Amino acid sequence: MTDAIEALDLRKTFGGEVLALDGVSFAVEEGTIFGLLGPNGAGKTTAVRILTTILAPDAGTGHVLGYDVVAQADQVRTLIGLAGQYAAVDENLTGRENLTMVGRLNHMDRPAVAKRAVELLEQFGLTDAGDRPLKTYSGGMRRRLDVAAALVARPKVLFLDEPTTGLDPQSRVDLWAMIEHLVVEGTSVLLTTQYLEEADTLAHQIAVVDHGRVIAEGTPTQLKSDLGATVLDVGLADEHLANRAAGILGSVGTKSPTVSGTVVELPVDDGPRVAMEVLRLLDQHALVPTTFRIREPSLDDVFLAITGKRAEADEDDATKSPTDGKRHSRRRAPAGAGTTSEGGQR
Amino acid sequence: MSTTTTAITPGVGLAPALSPGIPHGAARLRWVVADALTITKRNLIAYTRTPEALFFSTLQPIMFVLLFRYVFGGAIHAIPGLSYINFLMAGIFVQSVGFGGIGTAVGLADDLQKGLIERFRALPMARSAVLAGRTTADLVRNVLVLLLMTGVGALVGFSFPNGALGFIAACALVLLFAYALLWGFAVIGLTASNSETAQVMAFPILFPLIFASPAFVPISQMPGWLQGFASNQPIGVVITAQRALMLGGKYVPGSAAGHVLVALAWSVGLLVVFAPLAVWRYRRST
Repeated sequence: MTDAIEALDLRKTFGGEVLALDGVSFAVEEGTIFGLLGPNGAGKTTAVRILTTILAPDAGTGHVLGYDVVAQADQVRTLIGLAGQYAAVDENLTGRENLTMVGRLNHMDRPAVAKRAVELLEQFGLTDAGDRPLKTYSGGMRRRLDVAAALVARPKVLFLDEPTTGLDPQSRVDLWAMIEHLVVEGTSVLLTTQYLEEADTLAHQIAVVDHGRVIAEGTPTQLKSDLGATVLDVGLADEHLANRAAGILGSVGTKSPTVSGTVVELPVDDGPRVAMEVLRLLDQHALVPTTFRIREPSLDDVFLAITGKRAEADEDDATKSPTDGKRHSRRRAPAGAGTTSEGGQR
Repeated sequence: MSTTTTAITPGVGLAPALSPGIPHGAARLRWVVADALTITKRNLIAYTRTPEALFFSTLQPIMFVLLFRYVFGGAIHAIPGLSYINFLMAGIFVQSVGFGGIGTAVGLADDLQKGLIERFRALPMARSAVLAGRTTADLVRNVLVLLLMTGVGALVGFSFPNGALGFIAACALVLLFAYALLWGFAVIGLTASNSETAQVMAFPILFPLIFASPAFVPISQMPGWLQGFASNQPIGVVITAQRALMLGGKYVPGSAAGHVLVALAWSVGLLVVFAPLAVWRYRRST
């Protein structure tokens, strides 16, 4: 059976030195959502741009429903929809005009486009705003229209590049529901995201990418099995105390705790019970936490578990050639919290 | 690699998508035209949604008409026996379409910056449509601007000295030149990293070409070293040809046909250079 999307050893370097993709391979089964999870600069967007025919790879191949994304780019374009990170819609046009334009550029006839625009505006809750210029839309509305525009020609394969970045929580949940609905209708989806929660909620299969490579792949359950169900963050007054506390709490969680600045992070299975034990232990050693938090594991925690280091979003990192020694060493600057991926800290 | 997958299974068992397959020949040509028209329409709608931008970009040439007609005109001895406003209009036309072209550069840079061109690249549309649609829409805008300038000129004394036909021929010539110029602005727009840069890049190229020309002052009143440049650079050539057409041989020495031929050659030459260059930039811009 043909995969919806197949990427084989994709490589791309920009300007001769910035390594964006360093041999990325994955396959997306038809009718499923595949999540590409990684920090900014990991190469997610580059992979999407190659698979949507916008960019040619330096090496490797991409196929969409069996069609080569370079040699058969025209055919691929008739099969795909793309909604990008930056809501690529025309601000001067109304919602309906944007949808109509995309439909006409897909060579649908006028009555079909008009009918489809009505359907999509309805489906994305934009009927009332449909005839207003996009300048008057909120960020969430724009993003919904962007996704709607990607769906005008009923693509078999949909690419969503960080569809919820910058959205408020309610808009995010709304958009998730819409994406899930599409798959019920038979669309295959490649979703990129910085949010573990998003990949966890939506994706059937996840590939974690970092520095242009897939560093882990599996179902959300498989990926999270390495982690505890929750993470305890215990803040202390200074780094010295934090390190002392980490020593004391060494055997309480599922894995040994890590120290990030003045905060001890402890992956645990049974949050509330362990929380009591942690407080008891700290009290015995006369340590008083300044902050105390139980949270879901983030992308940051997954990265930490897989690579032994934090997900890094800074631009410099993408330009350095990632040496293996560095990638697997524990680099934990005291000010680490400030340089970690924002995506990891919902 | 790709030989193993060549169209063995693709498409089999899929419900037909609404998008049709890829046509060839005449059907393909219809796509190319339809796509260009879709983008043209989009750009024209955008102009109607930002009337203030259109207003201020036409306000400047109107102010120039008034400024030169009433303030500087009296001090410039253009052509004996001809009122200054009749001399001025050809310059105003070129100035209007020239500075108006900055909008082409800014618009394309904006589309690139906002990711709209990325979306277009992932659509099964003709690759030529973005540039063809943009330049066609801006040509339409230029027609409107020329009509407006003609109205303003007529109000302050422009008298169509060579009759309607000569005037229309002059307008057609300046529109052809403007169209060639638009492709040059397209190159700038696709080269600039953002719309602000596109604007500041276009301005210093345009400014000397328009003012070191016979647009407002006759060449004979310029220093000798400037005269050669002013009369032979493309904008200078086009202005002279326009005057030959709209004023007639009585006021413009030399053969009108000769002036027009040189202007046509420049226009076609610029188009032949800039259009492929813009297409090349468009293909490379990512």
